[in-house]
Amino acid sequence: MHAGEAMNVPDCCQNAQTASAMRDEADASVKIVVQGLNAWYERRQVLFDIHLRIPDRQITAIIGPSGSGKSTLLRVFNRLHETVRHARVGGVVLLDGLNIFTLDPRSLRQRVGMVFQMPNPFPKSIFDNIAFGLRINGMRDHLAERVERSLRRAALWEEVKDRLHRPATELSGGQQQRLCIARALALEPEVLLLDEPCSALDPVSTARIEELLIALKDTCTPVLVTHQMQQAARVSDFCYLLLDGRVIEGQPTRQLFTTPRDPRTEAYLTGRYG
Amino acid sequence: MERHLDRDLKDLSERLLRMGRLAEAAVDQALEAVLAGVHRIAEEEPEIDRQQIDIDRRVVALLALHQPVAADLRLLLAVTRIAAELERIGDQAVNLLGSAARLERTGPLPLAPDLARLGRLACQMVHESLDAFIQRQPELARRTLERDSEADHLRDAIFDAVRDQILRNPSQAPAALEALLVAKNLERVADHATNIAEDVLFWLTGQDLRHLHSAPES
Repeated sequence: MHAGEAMNVPDCCQNAQTASAMRDEADASVKIVVQGLNAWYERRQVLFDIHLRIPDRQITAIIGPSGSGKSTLLRVFNRLHETVRHARVGGVVLLDGLNIFTLDPRSLRQRVGMVFQMPNPFPKSIFDNIAFGLRINGMRDHLAERVERSLRRAALWEEVKDRLHRPATELSGGQQQRLCIARALALEPEVLLLDEPCSALDPVSTARIEELLIALKDTCTPVLVTHQMQQAARVSDFCYLLLDGRVIEGQPTRQLFTTPRDPRTEAYLTGRYG
Repeated sequence: MERHLDRDLKDLSERLLRMGRLAEAAVDQALEAVLAGVHRIAEEEPEIDRQQIDIDRRVVALLALHQPVAADLRLLLAVTRIAAELERIGDQAVNLLGSAARLERTGPLPLAPDLARLGRLACQMVHESLDAFIQRQPELARRTLERDSEADHLRDAIFDAVRDQILRNPSQAPAALEALLVAKNLERVADHATNIAEDVLFWLTGQDLRHLHSAPES
């Protein structure tokens, strides 16, 4: 375990009894439960008393302006936040009723994959980009099959099947991002975190990723951070709005975008916030 | 900060109100013609139709260009629905003028005071529902909804009186039947005003009240 990770784990979550009680609160239709979550970078608090639920096998979008804490929240879900020097978290995050702060971060990240804003393929072949994660996680058998399956799930197989051993950097931006999704999918995560995955892509590549996300719902739970409200409206089933590190409102997407309850949501969605 | 969309929405609302005033005037004048039994041309109707098409085109453009959500989206949906209601109010005015033309041949309109009362109520409801839109007043819209049953009762009373009159004096049946049609058309104007009020409430509150309070016609 990373030294910093142990140091940054919230004390309240080390207690096995507390975790057991929390497990009872989870139900099968909810993949992630967040209770009273706070997060800091040094002394600066960036998340305040967050309570939310991520439904299983549905796309949850987290929207909000820049600096509202969306990416931090996402990075708490697979404990990447703790890897930042002087970053801290407090509160509870349950994955299938289990307190993530008591899980081994590496096995947690296998269950909770992540795709970042900029496509970041390794300077390796297309094949090895997928195979690398499998090898270091000890999944060395049926490697070619697993690579093919991942590329198919990421809707990239047909475009790259004849050049699997060419450098991944030769792919277009949209293809590179789908390769990164394939790389994350290779480990068969239960949750896939996506931090602005289309912000560097053209509309056609964006549409492909969005279709891909909808197809992924069959096998995992995508959680999408985006500042593109229309993208959240198009693809997500449930949507949370964050403003200044606080959850303002969470509703089924259709309701949030047509009849928001909170005036701040109304103001944000209609471009009158701030 | 005023958004570009705000200017377009304001312009659209003003266009809808101009259409509304035209529809109101059409019903007012048609009612006057019916009560006086005087033939009159439906001058406003083509312009009302043209304005509905213009408003719908603008709504489609705003939906495509701005991709509005929340209250902005509800406003655009409400505007296009209200424009459709106003167009139908214009159609009712044309129907009333048809009755006015026929009354020149059949003789004076029976039950004129009752029909005038129903007509005034229907016109007030249209005016009030449009006021609710201008002033963004849900309470005003709710008041229009409450008056719908008053219009229904007036129409029912006129129906009963017409039936009695035809039984008592069959020779006046043609004029009495026109009274029936006039009552029906005026009550439909009140119904359209009720629909406008529902659209205003949908815009302002997000509540969809359609078909919740309407009773089956007797």
